Formats: sequence, structure tokens, C-alpha cells
Amino acid sequence: MESDALDVYRKLILIRRCQERIIAEYPQDEIKTPVHLGIGLEGVSVGVAHRLPLGTKSFGQLRNHGQYLALTGETDAYFLELYGKIGGTSDGKAGSMHLCAPGAGLLSTSGIVAATIPLAVGAGLAAKYRGSDAIAVAMFGDAAIEEGEYWDAFNFACLHGLRVLFVCEDNDLSIHTFGRDRRGFRSIAGAMRGWDCHVFEGDGTDVRMVLDVTGQALAAMSRDPKPAFTVFRWFRFLEHVGPNTDFHIGYRSAPSEAERLALDPVHRYEQWLLAHGVERTLLARIRSAIDDQIDRSVAAAKAAPYPDGRHLTEHLFR
Amino acid sequence: MIRTLSFGEAVNLALQHEMEQDPDVFCFGVDVPDHKRTFGSGVGLVEKFGRRRYFGSPLSEAGVAGVAIGAAMSGLRPVHIHARADFVLLCMNQLVNMASNKSYLSGGKLSVPLVVRAVIGRSWGQGAQHSKSMHGVFAHFPGLKVVLPSTPQDGYALLRAAIRDDNPVIFLEHRWLYDVRGEVDDEVRGALGTAAVCRTGSDVTIAACSWMTVEALQAARILAGAGVETEVIDVRSVAPLDGETIFASVRRTGRLVIADYDWTFCGFSAELAAQATEHCFSALRAAPVRLGFAAVPCPTTRPLETLFYPSAREIVGAVERLLGLPPIDLTGEVFNEYERRFKGPF
Repeated sequence: MESDALDVYRKLILIRRCQERIIAEYPQDEIKTPVHLGIGLEGVSVGVAHRLPLGTKSFGQLRNHGQYLALTGETDAYFLELYGKIGGTSDGKAGSMHLCAPGAGLLSTSGIVAATIPLAVGAGLAAKYRGSDAIAVAMFGDAAIEEGEYWDAFNFACLHGLRVLFVCEDNDLSIHTFGRDRRGFRSIAGAMRGWDCHVFEGDGTDVRMVLDVTGQALAAMSRDPKPAFTVFRWFRFLEHVGPNTDFHIGYRSAPSEAERLALDPVHRYEQWLLAHGVERTLLARIRSAIDDQIDRSVAAAKAAPYPDGRHLTEHLFR
Repeated sequence: MIRTLSFGEAVNLALQHEMEQDPDVFCFGVDVPDHKRTFGSGVGLVEKFGRRRYFGSPLSEAGVAGVAIGAAMSGLRPVHIHARADFVLLCMNQLVNMASNKSYLSGGKLSVPLVVRAVIGRSWGQGAQHSKSMHGVFAHFPGLKVVLPSTPQDGYALLRAAIRDDNPVIFLEHRWLYDVRGEVDDEVRGALGTAAVCRTGSDVTIAACSWMTVEALQAARILAGAGVETEVIDVRSVAPLDGETIFASVRRTGRLVIADYDWTFCGFSAELAAQATEHCFSALRAAPVRLGFAAVPCPTTRPLETLFYPSAREIVGAVERLLGLPPIDLTGEVFNEYERRFKGPF
């Protein structure tokens, strides 16, 4: 098995294990920031990030942990930020919803879901302005399309032929409201087809399809400079915000065991690797190494000092 | 080089010099390359720099503000232009939820060197949706700088300083100023966050914002005729606020009139009155007096508009009351003279 395929596995596991660790730690109330976890979304986070040229400017929304981890691969600043400590991505001032890693190209993620989409278009405009063929990426949930800023930005990108990759992570849920109760159009991809852009769809629970579709989208933008809109379906296993499941509330039902496995991008990819001759022991070693990394980062985050009065006023202006 | 320019020409010169010296500076906004060129302030810039660097945007103020922020975070220096400040309300999510906190939330790793130029103020029946200023609203949010020049020199120097600044700056230009002429020295470097003492005097301090500085200087001239010496301070920068220049004056005069160009309730005048009271309490010989818009939406018809906006006349009246003076004879004084220079429709 080539190392690239295992690298994809490593990223999927990194995201899954970090989130499972947050779920385990959350009841201790030391992570005092609302977490919008993406268990089930890992295939999209990894499939897109893995295809991006180094230094690509990426933007996201509040369900951002997968995007952050897939782009950075690091867990020290990540857990320090979640624990609100010095040395976090922003010394604890950003918290879960505003994780960023400019060094890895992740410029901004936002609790106002559509608000970073125009920023990605601005990064795309800057690339075109400078005659660069660099792309910019906006990742957002399906409900972001209901915000006016989405259409403002999408129209601007199409009008100017900007190389912006729009990635719609479609779980059909806006907090607790299904798409059928929110949309006046028949399909997300269909709604984008009237615009001057490339449009692709895929199954976000299959990371190999996300890799493939993202590759196609990047190739299309490179050939024909205009935005690419991609939409990937995925299943949100947890509540909108927080570490728990929410099937008991009654607005949606729990998947059966067979459905659960079919919707789980990590399980699906693991099965594919095993079917293609990868040793179980190799996968176990990868998981174990990642668990060790997370253990070290969490221990360091718990031991680290909190910011103080000096940090409160620091960095308001440049 | 020193030359006599209108405020609009001074703004134009600032843009021209910045765009010449820095290829990363560009201007855009709704309809900005049209034949009117934002009250003339964009004359020649399309011709000189092309539509790559001076171009119109879709009618999407909210999203385009975000595009400007994203471009700024990518190293460019955008100037986002609005023909009315009222339209900036459409951009508030981007300016407040995004631009204002980018540096803070990234631990100083990111900056947003963005200038939002917006035209404020009265002229010829602009009514409730084309007349607001809102500098107090913008300044309320930490992380935004708010600048209101009132002279051609400041229009030039402060706009250049705003474009050079690595933070989001709201730059508010009063419509009547475009006709005001004055000397502009293009060697002068402006500094954001500084007030200007426009006239010295020992009897009363008038702190004024934007167009009210012009009104305050007219009032000062009238009052001087009655033997009252006023110190006129152009606030220029609401955020950051140069309180010390104002407080030093109030400590000398013991009296403060705040001539603001906004509503007084929860407005900048309330903030300045509170700060002056906190900092100069023992020096004050009377409570600070605030002048601003009438507490209603801006009416369109001329007689009501004249009642809505404060002018030199109201400043003179405020100083008379503050000093216990008999009313000054204002016969022969012309108020709102610039009103006549502006002909509509826009």
C-alpha cells in the first residue's frame, strides 16, 4: 500500500480520535468552549485538505476541527486552545469556533456560518489580482447557502472568474431543521448549475470519492478559471453542538448498526484498506501513535498556564 | 508640494499617491467607476490605474465587505467605497463579526488592512436612509478605527494614514466637505488617533466632529465678535480617541460644548461628555453641553431638515447659555451656506 493512502488514514484517525478524546474529557468541564464536532464529517475534511496545494488559503465555519487537524496535523496548539491556555492557536481567546492556523493556510473559521465565504472569495480575488493561479477554499455547511452573504460572494466569484473552491458539507441539518423545511430550491447542486462555475457532487462518507471529486474540481479550475462548487453529503452522528448524540430527542431517528457503519467514513476507509491487503497490525500501530500524540498534547494542555491580564488587551490592533 | 485643493480633490490625490506607490492598493464599491466618481473623488483613477484597480462591485455590500476583508488578509490594501454611510449597515456583520476581531482572535497573526470610505451627512433632502454618520456605532466595537476628517489637508493626510494602517479603518467623509477648499501639503503625514486644535481660546472648549468643525469655527468667529474666545478642537479620530488634547483644553477653559454630527442618545457626544467629566471634574465650571441631531429619523423637507441638524447658530446659543451671555445679534449672519452649493439629485 502506498504511503499516500496511509497518510489519508492517519488524518482520518487523527480527527476521529481527537474528537473522541474531547467527548471523553468534556464532562470534566475543563474544556470551556462550545464544540461543534464532526464525527461523520472526517471524509470531507481529509479528502479536501489532502488534495490542496501547500499554502492554499482555506476558510471554514464552526464545525472546523476536522479542517484544522487535516490541514495542520498538529494537536498541541489545538488542545491548548480548547483548554483556553497560553500557547493555544490564540492563547485561548479564539476557542473552538475560531480556530485558525495561518501557517497552514487556515486563515479563518467562524461561528457565523456563511461569514468566511466572502473572505475566501477575497483571497481568490487577491490571487487573480496578483496574476497567481493559487486557489482559495471555503468550507461550509448546507445551511450557509441560506445566508445572503453566500450568494453575494458566490456571485462575485463567478462574475470575476475566481479560482475559489466552494465545499458544501451537506448533512441536511441546520441545527435541528431539515433541508425540506428551509429550502425553496430542489437541490443544492442544481441551484448552482445556473451560475458560471463548475459543479460537482459526491458522497462525503467515502473519502476516496471526496479525493477524486476534489481533484476533478481543482483540475477544472486550473483548465478554466472560474469557481468550483462541490457538495458532499455526510451524516452528523452527534448533536449540533456538544459531545452527545441527540437521537433520543425525537426529531430524527438513530441509524441501525448497518446504516451506522455505511455512514462512517473512517470505518468505510478502513474496510477498503483491509480489502486491499493492508495489515490490521499496521493500522493499529498508526492508531496507537496518534493516541500517544493526543495523550501528550492533552496532558500538556491541562498543565499549561491560563492567560492573564496582559493577554486580555494584547493584539486588539496590529 | 503645497497646493490649494477642494476636499474631494485632496481625497483623490491621496488615492492617486497611494495607488502609485503601492500596487497592492485598490478601490472598489457599488458604482464607483461611474461618471460621478463619488462626488468627484475618483476622477481620473479608472483612466490612470484601470478597472483592475478601480472597479464597480455587484450590489452586494455585505458580501463585498467580506471580499475586501479576505483580500486584505491576503496582503492587499483594499479601499471599499460607499456613496452613503447608511449602506455600511449592510456590512456590519463583516465589519464587526469578522474584521474587528481578526487580529485579536488570531493572537496577532492576522491583520486586516482595510479602509471603508463612506459619505455621510446632509444635502438636499437625503432623508432617513441617506444621511447617517454612525461614527459612534462603529467606534463602539473594539478593533475598528474611525476617522472623520474636516479639512482638505486631513482628507489627504489621514486617508493616506488610513490606507497605511494595518487595521480596519472606517473613513467618513461629509458630503458638504467636497466643496471646501484649502491648502494641502502632500509632505504632511497624518497620524490616526490625534485631535487637532483648530483655534485657541480661553473661555470655552468646543469639541467638534466632521462638518461640525466647520460650524464650530463659524460660531467661534461670531462669538469672538462678542468678546468670547473659544477653543475649537476637531476630534478627527473617534477611535482611537485623543482624549488628552480635549481634556487639556477643558482644564484650561472649564467649559465644554460637544458639537457632534450624530444623535446624542448613546452617541459619541455622550461618551465624550462622560470621559471629560471623569477626567476634568474639578476643572469643570458647568456640565458639558451636547449638540447633535434631533431625536428622530432624518426628515426630508428643507425646513424640518434645518431643524434636525445643529449648526453654528445652535453652537452660539449653547455658548451663550453656558456663559450666561445675552443673545448675540445674528442679523446678517448666513447659516448653512453650503446647503446652497449642493444641487441634487445625488
